Amino acid sequence: MQTVTLRYMKKNQSGVIKAIKVNGVLGRRLREMGLTPGTRISVCGRAPLKDPVAIRVLNSILTLRNNEAEHIQVEVQDT
Amino acid sequence: MHLKIALAGNPNAGKTTLFNQLTGARQHVGNYPGITVDHKEGFTHHNGEKITITDLPGTYSMTAYSAEELVSRDYLVNERPDVVIDIVDSSNLERNLYLTCQFLELGVPLVIALNMIDVAKDRGIQLNIKKLEILLGVPIVPIIARSGFGKEDLLEAAIDTASKNKAWISRDISYGKDLDTTLTELISLISKHNFLTETYPSRYTAIKYLENDEQILEKGQQYNSDVANKLEKIVSKTTEHTQKTLDVYPEAIIADHRYGYIKSIVRQGVEKRTFDADRLYTSDKIDKVLTNRLMGPAIMFLVLFSLYQFTFSLSEMPVAWLESFFGWLGGVIENSLPDGLIKSMIISGIIGGVGGILGFVPLIMFMFFGIAILEDSGYLARVAFMMDRVFRIFGLHGSSVMPFIVSGGIAGGCAVPGVMATRTLRSPKERMATMLTVPFMNCGAKIPVLALLIGAFFAENKALYMFLFTLLAWLVALLAAKFLRVTILRGSPTPFVMELPPYRFPTLRGLIIHTWERTYQYIKKAGTVILGISILLWALMTFPGLDDQYLTVFEEQRQETLSRFSPETIASLDQGSETFSGQTQGLADKLGEINNSQTEAALRNSIAGKVGGALEPLTMSAGFDWRTNIALIGGFAAKEVIVSTLGTAYSMGEVDAEEPASLGERLKNDSNWNRVVAVAALIFIMFYAPCFITVVCIAKESSWKWAFFSICFNTFFAFLAAVAVYQIGMFFQLG
Repeated sequence: MQTVTLRYMKKNQSGVIKAIKVNGVLGRRLREMGLTPGTRISVCGRAPLKDPVAIRVLNSILTLRNNEAEHIQVEVQDT
Repeated sequence: MHLKIALAGNPNAGKTTLFNQLTGARQHVGNYPGITVDHKEGFTHHNGEKITITDLPGTYSMTAYSAEELVSRDYLVNERPDVVIDIVDSSNLERNLYLTCQFLELGVPLVIALNMIDVAKDRGIQLNIKKLEILLGVPIVPIIARSGFGKEDLLEAAIDTASKNKAWISRDISYGKDLDTTLTELISLISKHNFLTETYPSRYTAIKYLENDEQILEKGQQYNSDVANKLEKIVSKTTEHTQKTLDVYPEAIIADHRYGYIKSIVRQGVEKRTFDADRLYTSDKIDKVLTNRLMGPAIMFLVLFSLYQFTFSLSEMPVAWLESFFGWLGGVIENSLPDGLIKSMIISGIIGGVGGILGFVPLIMFMFFGIAILEDSGYLARVAFMMDRVFRIFGLHGSSVMPFIVSGGIAGGCAVPGVMATRTLRSPKERMATMLTVPFMNCGAKIPVLALLIGAFFAENKALYMFLFTLLAWLVALLAAKFLRVTILRGSPTPFVMELPPYRFPTLRGLIIHTWERTYQYIKKAGTVILGISILLWALMTFPGLDDQYLTVFEEQRQETLSRFSPETIASLDQGSETFSGQTQGLADKLGEINNSQTEAALRNSIAGKVGGALEPLTMSAGFDWRTNIALIGGFAAKEVIVSTLGTAYSMGEVDAEEPASLGERLKNDSNWNRVVAVAALIFIMFYAPCFITVVCIAKESSWKWAFFSICFNTFFAFLAAVAVYQIGMFFQLG
């Protein structure tokens, strides 16, 4: 087990959110989309220019920019 | 009894589809005052009850941060609907229930429409609806919005809930020990002073205070600043505490506990999944191709190009019909009314104006039909996903690509539908920057002007120059967007976080309703203003007209010419056949020349002409004489008018915008024109004030303040650029 930010997760890697380290509008928006501690996410892929990233969370697909993904700490599962 | 129902739910949960199913064509679309959030209302009957349904904007939450969310909230507390139908996507239960949770906190009478139960089944999700109903304590009706399945039951349940006429009671959800203690403290204070209690349940106000909700805090201060200060003090003490012990703000704890509450419900056997969570669904397989590193962008450009082709080639025919219809109408008036101001106003002002408004209708219809397909199918979100990296550099959003392309990113678009297409952008600053810069693109009306000048001065490399000017338009538009985003539209980007909804087949009904709504709004809202401005421009180019003294001079010239020809020649001219003999043709040409000089003189003497003349000393620094100035003023009506006005100003009579070769020759041989002037003029025409139809659309999509800004900013910028080109070009004697 190892904690990294979502920005550095690889394609198909999955894990559980540990913490969201941002407040204000962005933090609120991330949380209301279901990115809260304890939620399992996996990386579906990245856009052709490697940014934004697409993730699967709560049975749907979300996309966020890398600089937004940076605030999300994830405990990744060993693969 | 007249029932008021509000329809709410997440974006992509099928809310609009359900709304269309329930109300059919009995809809009314407007805007909330001051903001461009649609206010949709529809009507229906059920068992003799008259029902009004309001479609609230699709949101994930009800914070005070976006216009959509504020609108929903204000509607609920101010209008007090009898019942709220919360549409929930059953294949995405947890996220959808987050909004439900906030309705429970507000305490509105609620019915849940559990949508897409068929999709959930296909995805191997089994739902125990009865159990969910008991745990949430809210009536739940399974529906399939696309087919209309369950809509009668839903209305039944809604009416039933509404008839119970309960007071709004906030649901007691636990937010953890720390916050619960604070909440109790806040609630007792709120109840004691009846603080905002006629609008909000006390528990709701308390939660919003903990969430640091700007709108409620402000309302609180206005209502009773004494109590408000006490509440704020309690909250700041708690905030300090959670910050110290947990390193989070209360609002984050509240959000976490809402999800915790939802999860605890869903995991009590409400939802059972037969497939693995990472299983690939059809939609994911499509994405493997459509957002693929290499194929994705290629397919995207193909799709966008097709949309463009679809819009502009299909609308060509109806636009041509409308044009010939208005041409015919003009002809009828021409022949049936006596010459004079009334006739001129009807033909140039009114018919020109109405024709101008309606001429865009087919374009707007086809474009919104195309965009609706992309949006409803879920592809538009993928376009934003793929293009975001590029557009973000300029402070824009991935979704900006669409308005840019429609406006002329591929030369020949139109900024009117382009400005309207910015509605697909949900980030306010990015949207504004897009709206203000799309008029820089080379729309279809600028093409004849470009073709005229390029054809006359750069005939050897026409295609290359056309291409260069298209690239230049992109470059300038994007840089201008960047400029705006670091100056007047400065501010950190709106969070990009968005859903990539599963691919779905759009319903024809939905597409048609969507297209009709937009088209109707355009006609209704823009129509009247555009007609007024059109008449105003006509007046500028017409009044005060020529003095009697001048009229006599032209009349004398005419008489003098006539006297030089034999009566037979004059008689054969009056017969008005298509081809004339040598003598008669000579007479016709002479009279034509006199008429053209008279129109030129009249134009020069008009208000626009005088303004053009007065500006000459200034505009000569970009190489524009009074003739060009008048044409540029005329171009505010529509850019292709520049060609015909230049024709009049150079005393060439009516010049067809499609066939400007003779005018090109005339310009080429004029001492005031050379290559440098041509480039300066091209630059100015590409970038100066958008045509007034676009300006009106900008005003309707934002505000008149922004519309005037776009006129001034663009003209100022275009003039500086033109002066720079002219001065540098002349310095190096490139002309």
